[in-house]
Amino acid sequence: MAGISLNNVRKTYAGGVSAVKGVSLDIEDGEFIVLVGPSGCGKSTLLRMVAGLETITDGEVTIGDRVVNKIEPADRDIAMVFQNYALYPHMSVYNNLAYGLKNRGIGKAEIDRRVREAARILEIADYLDRKPRALSGGQRQRVAMGRAIVREPAAFLFDEPLSNLDAKLRVQMRIEIKKLQKSLGTTSLYVTHDQLEAMTLADRLVVLNGGQVEQIGTPIDVYENPASTFVASFIGSPAMNLMEIERSGEGWALSRGEGLSLTCSLNETSAILGLRPEDLHIIEGDGAINDPLMLSVVVTAVEPVGAESYVHATLGETGQEIIVRAPGKQHFEVGSVLKVAAKKEKLHFFSSETGKAIALEGNLQPA
Amino acid sequence: MKREHIFDHLILIIGALFMIVPVVVAFMTSTHDAVSIYKNGLQLTWGGHFEETYRAVLTEAGGFTKSVTGLTMLQNSLILGLGFAIGKIVISMLAAYAIVYFRFPLGTFFFWIIFSTLLLPLEVRILPSYEIVQGLGMMNSYSGLIVPLIASATGTFYFRQFFKSVPDELVEAARIDGAGPVKFFIDILVPLSKTMIAAIFIIMFVYGWNQYLWPTLITTDETFFTLVRGMKQILQVWIGAQIPDTNQAMALAVLAMLPPVIIVVVFQSWFVKGLVESEK
Ligand SMILES: Nc1ncnc2c1ncn2[C@@H]1O[C@H](COP(=O)(O)OP(=O)(O)O)[C@@H](O)[C@H]1O
Ligand SMILES: [Mg+2]
Repeated sequence: MAGISLNNVRKTYAGGVSAVKGVSLDIEDGEFIVLVGPSGCGKSTLLRMVAGLETITDGEVTIGDRVVNKIEPADRDIAMVFQNYALYPHMSVYNNLAYGLKNRGIGKAEIDRRVREAARILEIADYLDRKPRALSGGQRQRVAMGRAIVREPAAFLFDEPLSNLDAKLRVQMRIEIKKLQKSLGTTSLYVTHDQLEAMTLADRLVVLNGGQVEQIGTPIDVYENPASTFVASFIGSPAMNLMEIERSGEGWALSRGEGLSLTCSLNETSAILGLRPEDLHIIEGDGAINDPLMLSVVVTAVEPVGAESYVHATLGETGQEIIVRAPGKQHFEVGSVLKVAAKKEKLHFFSSETGKAIALEGNLQPA
Repeated sequence: MKREHIFDHLILIIGALFMIVPVVVAFMTSTHDAVSIYKNGLQLTWGGHFEETYRAVLTEAGGFTKSVTGLTMLQNSLILGLGFAIGKIVISMLAAYAIVYFRFPLGTFFFWIIFSTLLLPLEVRILPSYEIVQGLGMMNSYSGLIVPLIASATGTFYFRQFFKSVPDELVEAARIDGAGPVKFFIDILVPLSKTMIAAIFIIMFVYGWNQYLWPTLITTDETFFTLVRGMKQILQVWIGAQIPDTNQAMALAVLAMLPPVIIVVVFQSWFVKGLVESEK
């Protein structure tokens, strides 16, 4: 068991592509860290540098108390689970699990013990004699996990291990991976582009964008306090509503649109307002409110998903798209006008130049 | 649908007959004695002299020096065929392994150099090759027969294409599992390639077995004669008798055809299996 730390790690590929642009991260022993970001943001590259499959252009990777930059993958005391499982097609499941241990010179009896133990935990004991091609996707996934477990490594590295499974199996394996990781207590670094997977698995999330860390934090922290518009729109589904606002006299107004009943002492003359769909509530009739924000929107489409409905609407003349989450039983006419409001503490503000979050402590009062 | 089926079968049957009938004729004729063949021509029926004819061609010493039997030639042919096939597979797998998995300067360039030797078959470079073998004193030896032909652009090309289709993750998983280059090659790449190896083995064995020109140049000592090269040679001497030993000639021809046929039949199931189910 060991922690992992990355110190200003960079990767520039031979062609000149700068895939990772200086990432620093400290992973504690036993922690489950998820690297999340859109496709091409450098997640795999970063993971593969930790694994030793990619050379490190600059910076330092430490596993335990060893700098591993120059150490072969096999000697880094890590195990990796690949998206396409990468099982050895000509070997039985047993040998797939045992191969790495044999190469390490571990005794036959100990190999057997570890393989059977892993097979028991992963419920693949019945398939030990089969070849991978005779297994379903989910079973192959388990074998791939088994190959990692038997190594009893300091850290597990996962590169989108669930992407090739169907939706139902993905949810099930997600839960199992989480349970397994908690019971083994092995430090894990997990890569995914799926924000839901990231949220549900992680002790801490690392949101990557264009080879740089956008935010690090617990899933709830990242969700509630996104550090930038990028994080705000990437984490959470449906995505946070983002709209431009401008200073208007004492208060603020939506750019080219309705007023907001907000006053605040921000220095900016314009900003971006973020509102999660679930933080907008629909106001019935003329009910008086003392929320700082109230908008009239025109319903354009409704997506009922059962327990709730996502109401797509446009904001007055601005044409700004907005999504509101409503209880599932409520009925909406397309074309009808809704009044929605949000509480003060649910408003997010971002700089319109950098996209970074603007701290609001004490700045905002209802008009 | 039905008519097309019959038509397909008709074509296949005609093709099969075209290939098989001469072989059957050769075999049947070889079981008659020389006199009756001389009188009645080629035969389509069983002649009853199978054992004595075949024992004669396999064990009676023939040739100029009376030092070579059919069995020695069969053995020489086997050595050439196997040496040729195995040598080519080993060399071309190693070459392809280097080209696909190791970064070395001008790797692609060397691959195309190897590939371009396809434009230079043995017949084109036969004199220089002969010169070299002679200069090295390798005439009349198995190594002289085999080694100069062992490099294979075709084999290298096929293995290269195959190795390129092996997913990178497999290499990476093996690296993490502590398999170095040699272990990876032996434990993973070779087993994965076995259907490819079988296919190339068939092609190369038959090719080596059927070599005529090269053994003719390299072997003057009759004890190194292969079947294909020696058949005519040792029969010419037998023809010293009044009636040509057509039965023995046919028997040798059948013997020369047999091993390639066996190899193809034995490996065929593997070959088809390999083509149908992909292991990657
Ligand atoms: N071997 C490589 N050579 C050159 N560029 C690469 C290589 N691998 C990845 N890249 C580039 O690096 C960037 C990050 O890739 P990757 O780490 O695979 O992203 P992700 O896993 O987040 O989708 C991409 O722009 C990709 O095109
Ligand atoms: Mg990736």
